[in-house]
Amino acid sequence: MRIPIETFQLPNGLLVVLSEDHTAPLVAVNLWYHVGSANERPGRTGFAHLFEHMLFQGSANVGSNEHFELIQRAGGTLNGSTWLDRTNYYETVPSNQLELTLWLEANRMGHLLPAMTQQKLDTQRDVVQNERRWSMDNQPYGTWWERLPALAYPADHPFHHSLIGSMADLDAARLEDIAHFFSMYYTPDNAVLSIAGDFEPAEARTMIERHFGAIPRGAGKPSLPEMSLPATFGGPLREVVPDDVMLPRLFMAFRSPVFGSAAYYAASVCSAVLGLKKGSRLHRSLVRDQQVAAEATAFTYDLAKGADLLVVDVTARPETSVDKLEHTVNAEIDRLLLDGVTDDEVRRAVTLMETDLVAVLQSAGDRADRLSMFATYFGDPALVNVQTEQYRAVTRDQVNTFVQERLVPDNRASLLYVPREQSELPLQDDLAMAEAP
Amino acid sequence: MSATTSDASASAPTPKPGPAAPRNYQFPRFERRTLPNGVQLVVAPVSKLPLVTVLAIVEAGAAAEPRNKLGVAALTARLLLEGAAGLDGVALADRFERIGASVEAHADWDVASVSLTALSTQLPDALALVRDLLRAPTFPEREVQRLKEERLADLLQQLAEPRGLADEQFAHAVYDATARYASPEEGDAANVRALTRDDVQAFYSARYKPGGTTLVFAGDLTMATAAALTESLFGDWTGVRPPAAPKGVDASRQGRLVRVVAKADAPQSELRVGHQGLPRSTPDYFDAMVMNAVLGGLFSSRINLNLREAHGYTYGASSAFDWRRSAGPFVVQTAVKSEVTGAAVQEILTEIERMRIAPISEDELTLATSYLDGVFPIRYETTAAIATALANMVIHSLPEDYYDTYRSEVRAVTTDGVLRAAQRHLHPEQLRIVVVGDPAMVAAPVEAVTGVPSEIVMADSGGSPI
Repeated sequence: MRIPIETFQLPNGLLVVLSEDHTAPLVAVNLWYHVGSANERPGRTGFAHLFEHMLFQGSANVGSNEHFELIQRAGGTLNGSTWLDRTNYYETVPSNQLELTLWLEANRMGHLLPAMTQQKLDTQRDVVQNERRWSMDNQPYGTWWERLPALAYPADHPFHHSLIGSMADLDAARLEDIAHFFSMYYTPDNAVLSIAGDFEPAEARTMIERHFGAIPRGAGKPSLPEMSLPATFGGPLREVVPDDVMLPRLFMAFRSPVFGSAAYYAASVCSAVLGLKKGSRLHRSLVRDQQVAAEATAFTYDLAKGADLLVVDVTARPETSVDKLEHTVNAEIDRLLLDGVTDDEVRRAVTLMETDLVAVLQSAGDRADRLSMFATYFGDPALVNVQTEQYRAVTRDQVNTFVQERLVPDNRASLLYVPREQSELPLQDDLAMAEAP
Repeated sequence: MSATTSDASASAPTPKPGPAAPRNYQFPRFERRTLPNGVQLVVAPVSKLPLVTVLAIVEAGAAAEPRNKLGVAALTARLLLEGAAGLDGVALADRFERIGASVEAHADWDVASVSLTALSTQLPDALALVRDLLRAPTFPEREVQRLKEERLADLLQQLAEPRGLADEQFAHAVYDATARYASPEEGDAANVRALTRDDVQAFYSARYKPGGTTLVFAGDLTMATAAALTESLFGDWTGVRPPAAPKGVDASRQGRLVRVVAKADAPQSELRVGHQGLPRSTPDYFDAMVMNAVLGGLFSSRINLNLREAHGYTYGASSAFDWRRSAGPFVVQTAVKSEVTGAAVQEILTEIERMRIAPISEDELTLATSYLDGVFPIRYETTAAIATALANMVIHSLPEDYYDTYRSEVRAVTTDGVLRAAQRHLHPEQLRIVVVGDPAMVAAPVEAVTGVPSEIVMADSGGSPI
């Protein structure tokens, strides 16, 4: 599977990736800004995400909420999202509305600040605080999103702190912060613009030059602190969270090679061997055979800097005690350390991932997002076309090397959710046996 | 702010461009055929990528369950993957996954479905496995027990999960206790505990018949390939179409109601406000759908702009008709900060009333219709989406040209039609209001804005007041 890719850069540094496909009269526009929660300063956790909300509040020539309205009126879909190391904004529209979409993105990249007001900031702060309540505080296990990175990255590491932010830090955000963050990070030389779908490249280029060409380059963003970390945690890490939940659930994270590295592909295959679909080790053993778990999966965070995480996520069955859950998952990982993976397991995992890699290319929005991702992280969008080969090249020995290096007891960070009533039982003593030194 | 604005403001923003000429779009062409034994085929060749999605639709949804066997439809569908034609669940999963195929089985209100996505080169092998699980499932006792236990674990989890809990309690509040729609699609704990392997076997034998089965193919294949495969795998299957689901699955309760499901110290209230909605077959479907889009179906809808953008009460608020063969619910849903629960309910009531008392503006109408019209091609980018659309055509007996005329039907909706739909189908005096939240904070304020006394219930009460 190869998709066509054309790349150029404007004099102001904006990297543009084009991928033509005329099967349907629609086009996806996707912008990645290379800024995420990792770039936040102390006391401003959650700001990158709050800022993302503000980007929908209008710009010099666009009224409040007009961005949404113009795209929906044009028959398009849109959204944005914030992650640890990037923020993206995207639209898919009928192909005759490409220029409107580019204009909207250019208008907010070049001319956001005249539209920013205290009232808009206050409202979006309320919205985001409600988002936090909805997705984390009032949701069983919801806080794992911030607790797991906090456990697995050292306190001074840019990936340690909360992406959605604390209520207090959100309260502290001010209009001056908006202006500062905007001029620092929302510049063409810190962004990638991808277009996928039904368009003529020469026309698109003219439109991009017209609308983005005059936006000045940024003054350069502050560099992130050193982010690389040793291969393992250096000892087991563990946190027990009594929560409003009915069943115990264990998130076990392993420090893992960064996304895109040669070793990453072996890690990714390992996570699929462990927890992708019903034929995976964890599902077969914990859900089907031993019946200690109601669900068991595994995945990687796919962070391209510092260190990635491979995460195993297992929810107990009602009759499974907390210590049995933890013991059984550890035993399953120990068994993998002892036996290693088989050729068969690797083949199953890679075959499944190949289908997924094709399926994800079906929608223009997903294609554009992948192009932006590879361009942002590695400066090379064409990497999207070699993913299948990268996975096919993974050998059993490579996976087993990863297992031996990274699934060791010294590289396990266990975040254990426990129903509140159970957490009051003397069971805590049993748990303490597995406590980190 | 202008003092800190970057140099960018020095260069004037470019003027807003207009649209170019629109390009034509056609929903993928498809063909239909019926085998002599009644198995129906719908095939949409789409050759962009080497991928095929198959949806096997069976007349075995939850609405067709015997009254005392609630949950058996979902359990039966899920068990299809746990043993068939001499293969156990492990071996079945293994066969699918080795060829990179994804397979899922579940039952919704109207039908059971098995969905398969595979690379087109693997289709013959994958479809042969689908044949096995549709025609020769074995329902091993051990797996029956395991899936029951997993469903009970889900239900237990839901007691602490405000969104699922609100949905479940809302169904209890809207529908009569005798109505199938009052209980969860997969059955409640008492229903599920009582189910046996014999129940599953009996439901399977009664409902999984070629006469009630449709195979929808979308992707990189031809009608000839699909027909040949289907004939060889399903041609010798026998059995007539099972009877339709009984009437009364959607019998509803009457009058206003406020019910608070107690979750002490909840930082947010999960809100559900609505009543019995409409069956998918309603003759004014397009008016009702556009009316809902304006009310709460879009980001730029009245309810979302009011609750989120004007008041900052919530991360999001929406409304929807749940389209089923019988009348599924109409519901406004949101989660708001506990302190503003009363005010949020008031805004929702006001917006519902406002739809009924005056026509929407031309501007609001065209926002909704041009969105629904324009976004149509974007909805059908994947083989899975195309197959789902065609399956809906079969499930709801939509006309063959439904997807070709959809956009003109949307554009034909008028502000009068929307007003009529609002007046006919929104019933302020019938609104059932369910709040999962802290009774100490929310009961009195909601009572004050609705004029209806709040019933307070516990999460596991099945909807009976404490």
